[in-house]
Amino acid sequence: MSDFTVRSDSADVEQIMKQIRARIREKRGVDYTEEEIRELANVRLETFLDPRGVRSDLLEQYRRKRESSTAPRNYGFEDSTIYMSSRPILRFFRRMLNPVLKLFFNPNPVIEALHIQSKLNDSYNHSESLYYELIHNLVLETTRLSIEVKNLKMRVESMSSRLDFDERRARALEGVVQYRPGAVAPLQPPTGGGNGATLDQEGAERRARRRRRRGRRRPGQGGGEAGERFTSGPDLLASDERSAPHEGGEPGPRGEPQPSRDVAPDRSEPSES
Amino acid sequence: MKLAVAVQRYGADVNGGAELHARYIAERLSRHASVEVLTTCARDYVTWRNELPSGVEDVRGVPVRRFPVRSEREPLEFGRHSRRVFERRHSIAEELAWLDSEGPTSPAMIEHLDRHADSYDFVILFSYRYYHAWHAARRLGHKAVLVPTAERDPTIGLAIFAPVFRGVRAIMYNSHEERAMIHAATRNESVPGAVVGVGSDVPDRTDPAGFRRKYRINRPFAIYVGRIDENKGCTELFDYFQRYAAAFAGGLDLVLVGKEIMHVPQHHRIHHLGFLSDEDKYNALAAADLLIMPSYFESLSMVALEAWALGRPVLANGRCDVLKGQCIRSNAGLYYENYQEFAETLYSLESNGPLHARLGRNGRDYFRRNYAWPVIERKYLEMFQRLARDTARPEPETLGGWFERRQRKIAPAAEVLAGIPSGPVVTGTAERTGASAPARGRPA
Repeated sequence: MSDFTVRSDSADVEQIMKQIRARIREKRGVDYTEEEIRELANVRLETFLDPRGVRSDLLEQYRRKRESSTAPRNYGFEDSTIYMSSRPILRFFRRMLNPVLKLFFNPNPVIEALHIQSKLNDSYNHSESLYYELIHNLVLETTRLSIEVKNLKMRVESMSSRLDFDERRARALEGVVQYRPGAVAPLQPPTGGGNGATLDQEGAERRARRRRRRGRRRPGQGGGEAGERFTSGPDLLASDERSAPHEGGEPGPRGEPQPSRDVAPDRSEPSES
Repeated sequence: MKLAVAVQRYGADVNGGAELHARYIAERLSRHASVEVLTTCARDYVTWRNELPSGVEDVRGVPVRRFPVRSEREPLEFGRHSRRVFERRHSIAEELAWLDSEGPTSPAMIEHLDRHADSYDFVILFSYRYYHAWHAARRLGHKAVLVPTAERDPTIGLAIFAPVFRGVRAIMYNSHEERAMIHAATRNESVPGAVVGVGSDVPDRTDPAGFRRKYRINRPFAIYVGRIDENKGCTELFDYFQRYAAAFAGGLDLVLVGKEIMHVPQHHRIHHLGFLSDEDKYNALAAADLLIMPSYFESLSMVALEAWALGRPVLANGRCDVLKGQCIRSNAGLYYENYQEFAETLYSLESNGPLHARLGRNGRDYFRRNYAWPVIERKYLEMFQRLARDTARPEPETLGGWFERRQRKIAPAAEVLAGIPSGPVVTGTAERTGASAPARGRPA
């Protein structure tokens, strides 16, 4: 965090914000809270779901429909419903005149159709809430799984690059062991007296030469390409660590001291890198 | 040259954004012209109750003529009218009823302006959304210079305001974002306009150490200056800051300066100092590491400009187009749109000394270049000269006859607002170069 390099002559806020957002994007994908998953499922579905398979606004459409629909109360419809009235006398006359009504048209199919419709309405109301719940949960699960897949992909990529690095590092180390002069000498058993004395003398010379070379070497300098590769490993990791996103979505410098000032920072133009 | 400045409230102790803006402009222009302020007797912007005596008085060297407000605002009625015009299909008559219910209804001020129109060369009208500005602009459009102080709220989508924006002589915008929004809403590109804003009386010397001693604040802190109100984004600020404080035990404190409208959470790193004098406010800004501006809607943040004038970077709410645009154009502030960004940006400003120093320096330069008083005064005077030369007068537009005004054919203002492109003006460096129409950052 806060690794921006600010040139002495300018600072580009848009560029800085891009860096900050890139870092946040890196952090996301590590782990999400339940609330964040819900938010993602609602807002940015299209990022995670396959648009060919699931419409990104599916859930929203359902929600809108549910909220906006002022569905009327369902009705019960029986064969006597059309003759019902709160006034008994009216009810009586309707029943009495029913045969006359039937001279004009047959109300039975209408009554039957409306009766079936009321049953269908009940069934629909019941199943609609189930569908909503089902789709809601499906969308949440799909989002969760998509995120998990994405995270796993990132982890695989990360592990693959680490493996690659380790392989190169191993090859480099093998090279050092193979070509370092005198590295294998102590493993060879002595074969004879005189000859052994010569070997001892040669060995002593080699050791002295090695000591002289080491003495001339400055601290921090590697011993060639392979040595550089070897020593650069921890540094790279440390550098990665410095700029690595903080786990759990919380900010905090890793490999960098947290601010612990007790007074205002000195603003007298710190050296800009 | 004689100028009238018409504003809804006015006084040395009236600290609303537009009202303070009007006072600063009146005081500054009085050095170059004869200025008279026309205002109401109200002091409270919620009720518009007549609290000050009507008549003429002198406020810091400027004559102020006060007119009584005919009726106080009825919050319930205003809310009902607002719902009607913002959320439903409505008529012109209903918008006019909304304007009356918003207030401050002062027909006496409008009559005075009408009667004495000839005695003023120009009338500067502050805040387009209020009764006085609408009626004065309709009657004296040929002399009106409008300072809209418009925010991105549904009011800009009301149909009665488009003829006002097209019918005044000139418009002094506060920001490029405000201008782009008004152009998109009212198609008034032909009306002369300039992005001006307002300066500030920032002292040359401040005493940050004195402030720390006086208020016993020893730790480094970020500051918020303004009304502590949910409408200003303070709820979100408190939520974010408390989470940040939990993550960074040794991080910045938060100091709040301003009147408390909402509850301030009890937290050992949040210090509420209440309303401060200007001197203390500037000392506080100088002592702070940075200013936080959590507001969603601003036409111009004067306190952000003051922070920049004092070399302090700003951390702004990125969902406010104006603040975000200013941060980008000035290169003097960062912005956030969620907690992660808030934490990252705040920590960056807190811990990265070179970044902090560079943004602070950019802010100071930005203020000097665009908002120093000589720059502001010059822009006003140049506009007056231009208008005096230009003989073209805007044609007043009618709002239709009796029946037409009552036809409910106008779309809800909130819908109109949603159709107006949003986003900061990013590509232009207009405040540096004087370019006229920088492009918008993103469509709505």
